[in-house]
Amino acid sequence: MKKATIQLDTLTCPSCVLKIENAVKAMNHVEKDSVSVMFNSSKVKFDFDDEKLAVADVEKAITALGYDVKKTQVK
Amino acid sequence: MQRFILSKKNQITLVSGILIVIGFASELIFKNEAVAVAALVIASIIGVVPIAIQAYQALRVKVVSIDVLVTIAVVGAFFIKNFEESAIVTFLFLFGAYLEQRTLNKTRSAIKELTEMAPESALKLMENGEFEEVEVDEVDVGDVLLVKTGAKIPVDGTVLTGEGSINEASITGESLPVSKEQGSNVFAGTILDNGTIQIVADRVGEDTTFGKIIELVEEAQDSKSEAERFIDRFSKYYTPAVLVLGIIVWLVSRDIELAITILVLGCPGALVIGVPVSNVAGIGNGARHGILLKGSEVIGDFSRVETMVFDKTGTLTVGNPAVVDKKYFGDQIEEALGFLASVERESDHPLGKAILTDIGETTFSPVENTEVIKGGGIKASVNQHSVAVGNVALMEKEGVPLNEEARAAIAEFENQGNSLVLTAVDGELKILMGVRDQIRPGVKEDLAKLRKLGVKNLVMLSGDNQRTVDVVSKELGLTEAHGNMLPEDKSAYIKKLIDAGQIVAFVGDGVNDSPSLALANIGIAMGSGTDVAIETSDVVLMNSDFSRLPHALGLAKATARNMKQNILIAVGVVLFLLAGVFFSEWMNMSIGMLVHEASILVVILNGMRLLRYKLR
Repeated sequence: MKKATIQLDTLTCPSCVLKIENAVKAMNHVEKDSVSVMFNSSKVKFDFDDEKLAVADVEKAITALGYDVKKTQVK
Repeated sequence: MQRFILSKKNQITLVSGILIVIGFASELIFKNEAVAVAALVIASIIGVVPIAIQAYQALRVKVVSIDVLVTIAVVGAFFIKNFEESAIVTFLFLFGAYLEQRTLNKTRSAIKELTEMAPESALKLMENGEFEEVEVDEVDVGDVLLVKTGAKIPVDGTVLTGEGSINEASITGESLPVSKEQGSNVFAGTILDNGTIQIVADRVGEDTTFGKIIELVEEAQDSKSEAERFIDRFSKYYTPAVLVLGIIVWLVSRDIELAITILVLGCPGALVIGVPVSNVAGIGNGARHGILLKGSEVIGDFSRVETMVFDKTGTLTVGNPAVVDKKYFGDQIEEALGFLASVERESDHPLGKAILTDIGETTFSPVENTEVIKGGGIKASVNQHSVAVGNVALMEKEGVPLNEEARAAIAEFENQGNSLVLTAVDGELKILMGVRDQIRPGVKEDLAKLRKLGVKNLVMLSGDNQRTVDVVSKELGLTEAHGNMLPEDKSAYIKKLIDAGQIVAFVGDGVNDSPSLALANIGIAMGSGTDVAIETSDVVLMNSDFSRLPHALGLAKATARNMKQNILIAVGVVLFLLAGVFFSEWMNMSIGMLVHEASILVVILNGMRLLRYKLR
């Protein structure tokens, strides 16, 4: 299990938060309860199984929703 | 393609706005119906595309968002050939989103300023013996780093070589530079004003003090109160419910116009955004003033505080005892002071340090036959003179005569809350000193401000004896003051207050008050930002600055008020619009969208006021 923090471009609508949250939760090997999308700091935090899922795939899912990923940290 | 369109949203908004102006101009001024319709149709279509894309993306992850409601409403308006409405609604929605983004960035600016102070790069000593610039993430504990004049200290560390002066304002709020030399600790995010130093990394990244502060503030701005979580849950079902309502209205009344109007009016806009903007602006204001507020729950509790409990030493008082009163008897005082200093130099009694500081430069003499009298003081011989240093009991035991004048002075010193240190040389009283921990300058005024803000009880708890406590209490005008208290007595006392139904804040330096900090409804730590206090407490006053406390309380109250106003505005607007739809003739989609977008801007602007909040 690793912890990822993805910094997004500024989030401006609270409904974006729900969209991103659902999209990340829908991915396999992501710990569902750990997903938190922070509106004001425009960050997504979640735990995932790094052996079965590449963080780049999560980034792709978020980008597909129309939100730019600025920086990703995994540890 | 989708991404391209979304990235051009601002341009689309502009074009759509121009087309709407052309449309209305040709209809009203040139009476050219065909051009008007064409312009509005094009405006509607290009306007709805980005909204529809967002709606589609939302539906794909099973979210019925506002975009979905607006898209259906616009398509519906198109269907009944009401192109004016469809064009205006899409334009207002897009333009509103643009303004929201601009203003939201403002409310977040204060915290952004803080996070942007985080160091990004470092000069690291590589294996080849050269310093190379690397990203700060690549620095590990134990690495040797070079910091040049004007650069940011990248990590928490210890100075290896060199010296310089550092501006630590980002950590302590204190803007006077602090000089550092070999062995001094330096902190990430502070700035080397002059000099060049090499440091070894002790803590890196999020473990540094600055990293912790940033993380704390970042979490705080997004932490949610019970009320907010309720709004979130509510809005999750609210938007789909509006959709269902729209469909029902359409099925029953067969009136598409009414149905789509309901879709637009039902948008929850201001409700979901109102509380977060107040929160982020309030916390941002605090961060600028050296006050860390840990989230909206804390703000809510803090704003209702009734009783504030203070630790005495280090909080209300400076924390270092000092000689504040003294009186000399007889002659050869210089010599007596030298003897006193010589004796105190060898003792580790806390009052000794205060006395040595007060005496300053003097002639030290060798001390022999030192004898510590428990509960009394010290006896010794210095330069063939017998010297006794201690309290009144010791003097009486040693048979030192205390005349009228001395007794009067002793009584007076004691009444002022001093600890007494008497010095006798060869059985004759020479020096009387009153040592006391002094009240922090300005505390009295700050406490008065707290009372004015509505704090009913100001209580002081201290480990000192009751008499000292009473003196401080009287001087500060506290409601209650209790002495002889161990840390566990303090937390028991706080528990008693909470059980009695009071909302209690505890203010302490966090060194040995952690249980009380954790137990109180609001734990307020006076920390220079380096302690565990940051973690156990709810509010941190950086640089142990007591004078920030009234501002912190005032800010919490203003922020809590601001949140309530925003909820009221949001709910009021929705009720107003719904009433308009059912009870008036003039309500339509465009007006509904206009009022909605306006209400969102109003709550954001209202939240923004907090950035400028100052305690009057």
